[in-house]
Amino acid sequence: MSWLDIGALDDIPPRGARVVKTQHGCVAVFRTHDDQVFALDDRCPHRGGPLSEGIVHGHAVTCPLHGMVIGLADGLAKGADEGAVATYPARVEGGRILLDAARLIRGRAA
Amino acid sequence: MKQKLVLIGAGMASGRVLEHILAQDPEGWEMTVFNTEPRGNYNRIMLSPVLSGEKTYEEIVTHDDDFYASHKITCRFGEAVVQIDRENKVVHSNKDIVPYDKLLIATGSAPFIIPVQGKDLPGVITYRDMDDTQAMIDASTKPGGKAVVIGGGLLGLEAAAGLALRGMEVTVIHLMGHLMERQLDPAAGYLLQKDLEARGIHVHCKGATKAILGQDRVEAVLLEDGTIYPADLVCMAVGIRPETRLANDAHLEVGRGIVVDDQMRSSDPDILAVGECVEHDRQLFGLVAPLYDQAKVVAATLLGQDAAFRPVQTATKLKVTGVDLFSAGDFADAPGREDIVFRDPARGVYKRLVIEADRLIGAVMYGDTADGSWFFGLIKDGTDIAPMRDTLIFGPAYQGGTSADPLAAVAALPPEAEICGCNGICKGTIVAAIEGGATTLGEIKARTKASASCGTCTGLVEQVLASTLGNAFEMPAAQPICDCTDLTHEDVRRLIKAQGLKSMPAVMQELGWKTSCGCPSCRPALNFYLLADWPLDYTDDAQSRFVNERNHANIQKDGTYSVVPRMWGGMTNPRELRAIADAADKYAIPGVKVTGGQRIDLLGVKKEDLPHIWADLNKAGLVSGHAYSKGLRTVKTCVGTDFCRFGTQDSTGLGIKLEKRLWGSWTPHKVKLGVSGCPRNCAEATCKDVGIICVDSGYEIGVGGAAGMDLKEIERLAKVATEQEAIDLTVAFIQLYRENAKYLDRPYKWLAKVGLDWVKAQVVDDLGNRAALIARFDLSQSIYQRDPWADRATPQAQMGFTPLADMTQEAAE
Repeated sequence: MSWLDIGALDDIPPRGARVVKTQHGCVAVFRTHDDQVFALDDRCPHRGGPLSEGIVHGHAVTCPLHGMVIGLADGLAKGADEGAVATYPARVEGGRILLDAARLIRGRAA
Repeated sequence: MKQKLVLIGAGMASGRVLEHILAQDPEGWEMTVFNTEPRGNYNRIMLSPVLSGEKTYEEIVTHDDDFYASHKITCRFGEAVVQIDRENKVVHSNKDIVPYDKLLIATGSAPFIIPVQGKDLPGVITYRDMDDTQAMIDASTKPGGKAVVIGGGLLGLEAAAGLALRGMEVTVIHLMGHLMERQLDPAAGYLLQKDLEARGIHVHCKGATKAILGQDRVEAVLLEDGTIYPADLVCMAVGIRPETRLANDAHLEVGRGIVVDDQMRSSDPDILAVGECVEHDRQLFGLVAPLYDQAKVVAATLLGQDAAFRPVQTATKLKVTGVDLFSAGDFADAPGREDIVFRDPARGVYKRLVIEADRLIGAVMYGDTADGSWFFGLIKDGTDIAPMRDTLIFGPAYQGGTSADPLAAVAALPPEAEICGCNGICKGTIVAAIEGGATTLGEIKARTKASASCGTCTGLVEQVLASTLGNAFEMPAAQPICDCTDLTHEDVRRLIKAQGLKSMPAVMQELGWKTSCGCPSCRPALNFYLLADWPLDYTDDAQSRFVNERNHANIQKDGTYSVVPRMWGGMTNPRELRAIADAADKYAIPGVKVTGGQRIDLLGVKKEDLPHIWADLNKAGLVSGHAYSKGLRTVKTCVGTDFCRFGTQDSTGLGIKLEKRLWGSWTPHKVKLGVSGCPRNCAEATCKDVGIICVDSGYEIGVGGAAGMDLKEIERLAKVATEQEAIDLTVAFIQLYRENAKYLDRPYKWLAKVGLDWVKAQVVDDLGNRAALIARFDLSQSIYQRDPWADRATPQAQMGFTPLADMTQEAAE
């Protein structure tokens, strides 16, 4: 796996998100209150809302458009909702955020 | 022939090595101990009690002169080793050359000094050894002396507590959002801060030190945010790093520390290392328990025995008398982990257990740490906790019993058991009130005062009602804010004011939140309540706001945004219109619409264009219209006496004055105003949150209109003669709404709950209260009446609107 440094952890506010633009659309990179990072497609399975703009709580995000709650670790809708978004390997090392370069280039089909 | 063992350093680990060797092979070694400090081994972790005056230096000495003399150990205290010559197997000190067969490096760690201006001034010290401790004790003898401790970790807080006990005025500056962030979660960090503040220690979190000021010695500390703390003493306790210089110079393998194998040998088999200076399996060590384990292994290796160092988990306790704090294991959130949280706000108790796959993996405790070692045992042993999970958090005393039904537990309580701690009400008193005819919580409150103060015992009182009345009592279904709490919005608002809760961790701790950091329902509500009640103390939390308020624009269904500049009272001019038209062209705006609030909406703006279109509009004098906020939206007006032949007053002018006074204020829900110049009501003021109808004799002020999900006409608040009174009443009404309404209740919903008569009594009849409400509104505006567009013109603010990275240019495979 080739890890790609896409920025500093501090470029994302705690309980916030930023996006990485790829040829397959945006990938949302979340930073949780405990400084873990998660990368998911920035499209809610419900109506395509930008998950990166949702409120982050624990290890979940609530879509800003209609409130579907998505688990950051598995990309699955929580509660009674059904749906899933693709997740991408992500980790933090030495204050830098690393994403799996091949997956980013290949997109969600991988 | 005795072997020559040279030890560099007389810290806790090397002291323990000496003991092990002497115990097993007292005659086999000729030992020499070097120590840069002019003294032998003492218990370094007891420096804090020495600083606070609870112990003396003599009491913490572990090996005195007699010890070294009786074991014929050569002491070279106050003598620093400057070089290790591996080829000739000798060490050079600043005075002598000493040969060795085996060498033990135990140089410990060096304090990290932040590289700011003034770091070398006299009066700036670190906190590692007895000399530092003595320097702090000496500094504290000056009456009224002020100390600043940089670093809110274990060591810094112990220094701060000790200095405070010595009578100094102490400020702790901590870079992170809460104290001891490596050992504590935010909730426990908040309780610790509260305890320290109760001892008179001022705590400044999120504080970055910019410079240490002073001419001949330290005088003050300057922070990046401009805050200045006067200081006679500055103690830097921001961290430590392994002291590896000798090992480096000797070309031993050094990573972050001196690399050792399981036998504590460095890359040179005749040189061992122990303590805080070593790195084992890529890990460093700072707490004393693993260092003692290492010392045992060092001794075994020297004596030719088999032994391997295996790090074990360690638990942390803060050595500040009266502060009970315990943390062990891993308590970060992660997939598959679950929390059990227990809070007892009245006693300041917080306990959190982290469970993964039916094993306890982490524990944080504050206020009551009696069960700490039991939990620590469960973590170390990897005990399967599934059978005792329900009662786990109550500790070992509760294990093995049958699981309790809460109602049965209350029923079993004796009459003298206290139910309401605030008012000292026993179960017997409540039962007597029930037998006397009380059947509801309200009646119990009225008759006994139980649950009438902080309200945390409400559930217990209801259970007493239920167990006494049986089926005759129906549990009321008060709507809690969300699943994080059983309290209603009204309860939380009241308690925030009554208990002076000024931060989100404070609210969650004191009111017993069941989650560690809230949810999308409670966080925006709490953020509003806190900023409305404590405008000067609370810092707005962008991450607790919905996207529109965080990005200061309305998100649309395709993820683009709409931009609405303010048009005061609905008035505009050719210059503004040109600027809007130019912006629409420049950013290829797909939709331009005139809104119902008398202004212009630019629809379909891309997120990364937002700061730029705002800057362009700002240049033309246009500011944010807050068309996205739970705050003042618009003041709709008709043209009034300026142009209209029926106009009775200057309705446009009044509308502009109101909008200029109210803009930027956050409210429980959006607020829209209307001012009509005559009863024909062209501004449709009678369905607004506040609607003013001008008449010949003055101004009729109505409140609580609606034209959304519900349709409702305003109700008359008052009729006043002057424009100033109309403004005053409006401002006071908005402030009353801000201070009392539930988040996401429009004024008409709030009015239905509190009643128009109560509102009239507050803002119309009580002139003193009206003035006080206005004063509080203006105070809040002094903080919050800022154009968010202009605020986001800085590069840092704009960064949040751009992608973290753009990979669209990368070639596909």
